[in-house]
Parts: sequence; structure tokens; C-alpha cells
Amino acid sequence: MHELYEKLKQYYPLGELTEQRNNLAFITLKQEQLRPVLLHLRDKENYTHLVILTAVDWIEDNCFQLTYLLSNRTNATDIGLRLMIPREDATMESIHDIWPTAATYQRELREMFGIDFPDSPRVNDDFILEGWNDIPPYRRDFNTLKFSEETFAQRPGRETVDPAEHMKQKLYPDGA
Amino acid sequence: MAYQPDRSQYPQKKADGSLDIDLTSGKYLKLWQGPQHPGITGNMSVELTVCGDEVVEGITHVGYLHRGFEKLMERRTFIQCFPIVCRICVPEPDFNEYCYAAAVEELAGIEAPEYANWIRTLILEMGRINSYLMYLGGQAGSFGMGVISQWTTYVRDLMLDRFEELTGARIYHMFILPGGVRDRLPEGFAQRMEETLCEIESTMSDVYDTMYCNAVFKKRSVGVGIIDVDLMDSYGVTGPNARAGGVAKDVRIDQPYLVYPELEFEAILGEDSDIYTRADVRRKDLLQSVDLVRQILAKMPKEGSLMAKIPSVMHWKIPRGETYVRGECSRGEYGYYLVTDGSGYPRRVNVRGPSYTHAMALLERMIVNLNIADVAGLMVSLHTYPPEIER
Repeated sequence: MHELYEKLKQYYPLGELTEQRNNLAFITLKQEQLRPVLLHLRDKENYTHLVILTAVDWIEDNCFQLTYLLSNRTNATDIGLRLMIPREDATMESIHDIWPTAATYQRELREMFGIDFPDSPRVNDDFILEGWNDIPPYRRDFNTLKFSEETFAQRPGRETVDPAEHMKQKLYPDGA
Repeated sequence: MAYQPDRSQYPQKKADGSLDIDLTSGKYLKLWQGPQHPGITGNMSVELTVCGDEVVEGITHVGYLHRGFEKLMERRTFIQCFPIVCRICVPEPDFNEYCYAAAVEELAGIEAPEYANWIRTLILEMGRINSYLMYLGGQAGSFGMGVISQWTTYVRDLMLDRFEELTGARIYHMFILPGGVRDRLPEGFAQRMEETLCEIESTMSDVYDTMYCNAVFKKRSVGVGIIDVDLMDSYGVTGPNARAGGVAKDVRIDQPYLVYPELEFEAILGEDSDIYTRADVRRKDLLQSVDLVRQILAKMPKEGSLMAKIPSVMHWKIPRGETYVRGECSRGEYGYYLVTDGSGYPRRVNVRGPSYTHAMALLERMIVNLNIADVAGLMVSLHTYPPEIER
């Protein structure tokens, strides 16, 4: 994987390389490098299969990480391309013209993280949520507990325990 | 012979590429297949626009089953996630357990003992048999052969009995923990498993005679729902759907995991890539899994350690990192992308279910030109499970 990284680096300014396993590596790159690197990997290095496209919310750094995982079937290796985009007005270029399936991933990211992919087919249509007015629910600042307390009623007579405390008492009843 | 649609009935395309469908013209009709419909796989729906009995557009709608698993896991410790993950896929839950456990083990630097890996492989193959049996019932049912689903449900139930004696549960087993497995094989398990496998083989022989040799099934499935080989990569087609088109994609062989390198098997391939070939590839795959279960029970060590030493699960923190772990489930590539940030909770878990690509972009493309009566057959032949789409 290191050889491929060095090869790519001749053409594109790449960030850090993380070799997770001998058949899986992650490469950090800049937003504007994504399309040329994706096309290079697909057309010249045989990374033809888009495995996942997903986001991670690093709220403390005020950015989203987008991960594009590509797979090469001839030598059974995977490369994850990760790039950071700012959380405010998060927008990213659509790659549905390279992989048609990316449109589904982008639609989900639009709905769940609020990341916009202009020109991606049906990107603004409801995907999983219907009539959602709150902030995108997979963002870290979406409070699931508050949402469920406001939306759902407690069944009377139900006892709620803190799982950690409950297990502690069950495993160590004498407080050891 | 392949179905030849009458292209004169086609709607024109607008400048933006969308179809010019005027519902008031009386030429087109909107038809919802699902979410409550015998011809739909689980809780999803397909919004069909038909012209006569020919589909001109199909749009997949999901969201009837969303429980927010990925978000729930971000608020739970690593061990608390373990009973959640299996709920993501009802008919074949074990892949979730394995992929999640393997991802956690990789990031935490833990290696599961060899004996546990043999039991994990056994469970995954048992799950594959179950999933295929459920598929066969659905595929036969979508072409009007209701009795086959009764036979396959019966033998699936026998396999659920084996799961019950091994894990204590029938559907959600919660058996593959990060670090190993919960228990060893019970006394006499191999013997009872052999009886179940013989019963499955006998039923499969009946299914072959009744379904695969049936003139109606052949007439309706041969040449219908062909996935072009050129689409395999651009649409992320994996598993039997890809193998039926001659593309040798099998994670068990390409990126071997668990004890698969020690087992003898090969990727089952087809040529024609239509509904019939996909059904046939799955039938052969099922019989191969039966053989694999036999191999595992014959080759696995009699004793061994079940669990690696793991930290106290209440205070388990995993250093910052990210990984992707995949396995070959009955529908294709199943994978978990796990990101950790050094805390006691996963930062992000993303589940890649094969149905995510098969039931959305691919189905919407393939459904055009199809006869309404074949929509259910096509959807089942892609072997889609909606919970994987809306984790």
C-alpha cells in the first residue's frame, strides 16, 4: 500500500497515510483532490468498487470527515480516502457520475448529517426520515435523549435503571 | 427468450433527463407495491409508474423500519452495542455480530482464540443456510409456488433448533462477542446437526424437482432481470448477484477471514445473470454451505479457549482509530466501518449492507421495462432486506 501511496503522491499533494492492515489503508487528502484521485484509482489502479461513503462528525474540531472506501478486486486491497470539510454550510462535490450508487449514500448524508451534494439526483428528497424538522439527527449535537423525552411518553409503572450502575450492583453486590 | 418491451409506449424524456409522465393523460398509472404487500421484501415499497402492464419507472421508498442503530451505538459502551448489532438484519443476524466483534478486536488489538474462530465460522455458515432457505421460500412464492416456502420454513426451523441448543436463542443469537464466543458446542451437537443437514439436502432435492425444473418458473425467470456485467462495479453489486454473472466476487476467498483458508470450497459462478441463474447460484451455495458445516465439524479442534482476555467491559476504552471489516453474507459483502476516538464509546459505526446498493440504485434501474407481475420476482431475486438500508 505504501508503494501506491508514493506513486499517487507524485501526482497529487496527499496528506497522511495510515496503514491499518496489509490490505487496508487510509489516506487523508484535500477536498479539491478528491475527484482526480478517485478517477485515478478507479481507472488506473483498478479500485473499481465503491464500498462505502460515509461521514464522521468531529464536532470538537468543527468539521466532518468524509470517508470514501474503494476496493480493488484483483489484488483484494482497500483504500479509504478521508477528507475534512467544515461543519458550517457543509457542502461537497457529488460523485454520482463516477459511481451511480453514490447518489444513495449522498442522499443519506444530506438527510442524516446535513451535508449538501449539489446536483446529486434526488438529494433533497426524504430518504429515511419523513417530515423531519429538527437538526440532522446523526450530528453529534443532536440530543437523542431530549428528542425521545419530548416525542414519546413513558409507560406508567416502568422502572428505569442506569445500565452501568445496575451491572455494578449485580456483579459486585457487596461493593467490592 | 429475453423479454422484449414495446418501446413505442415509452415516455419521452425531458431536458433534465427525467421522464415526461402526464398522469392525467390516462396512459400512465401510479401503483404502490408495498409497504404492505405480499410481493415486497420486508418493510419497503416501490412506487411504480406503469403503462399498461409495463413498468416505466420505479422508485424505492424506505424508512418504515428506521431505528437509528448507528446513532444508538454512539451512546453505548462497546459491550452494550453487541446486543444491538444483530437486530440490523433479521434473517441473518450473525454477520453483524461477527463484523462488529472483528472491528472492535482489530482496533483494540485483541485476537480471538482459534477454537472460537471455528465456532464463529460454523455459526456464519449455519446463518447462511437459514438465509438461503428463507430466500428460496420468497423466490418461489413470488412466482406463485406457495408450497415451497412451507417446506423451506420447516427445514429452517430445524436449523433454528440447532441455533437454540448452541446459543440459547432462535433468531437473535448474541453469541459472537468481541474477544470470542459465549459457549462451546453442546454434547452430541454434531450428530444432531448431521440429521438436520440430511433433512435440508432431502428438501433441496424436492425443491430442485419442483421449482428449478418447473416449466412456469423457467419461463418466467430465464432471461428476466439480467444484471449487465458492466454494471457490477458501478452499482456495487456483490455476492450471488455478481457471481451469477460470472464475476468471481467472494470475500471468503478474496480476503479470507476466520478459518476459511482451512476449508475446501470455491466460488459458485453462473453465466446468464438472470433471475433463474441467481436462484441456481444460491441453491448451489446453500449446498456448499451444508458441506462447509460438515467440514467444520470434522476439522475443528475438540477443545480450546472460547474467549481472549478482554479489559473490564464497563471501563473499556479503545484508542483512536478507524477500520473496515467485511464478510461474505448470503447477499453479498457485509461490512462494518468503525471509528473510535479513545473514549469508552464508538465514535461512529457505519454498516454496509449489500441491500443498500441492490435495492436502491440497482433495483430502480432494472425495474424499467419489466412486467408488473415480475417486479416481486426481480426484487426477491436481488435478495434485499430493508433493515440494512436504514440502519
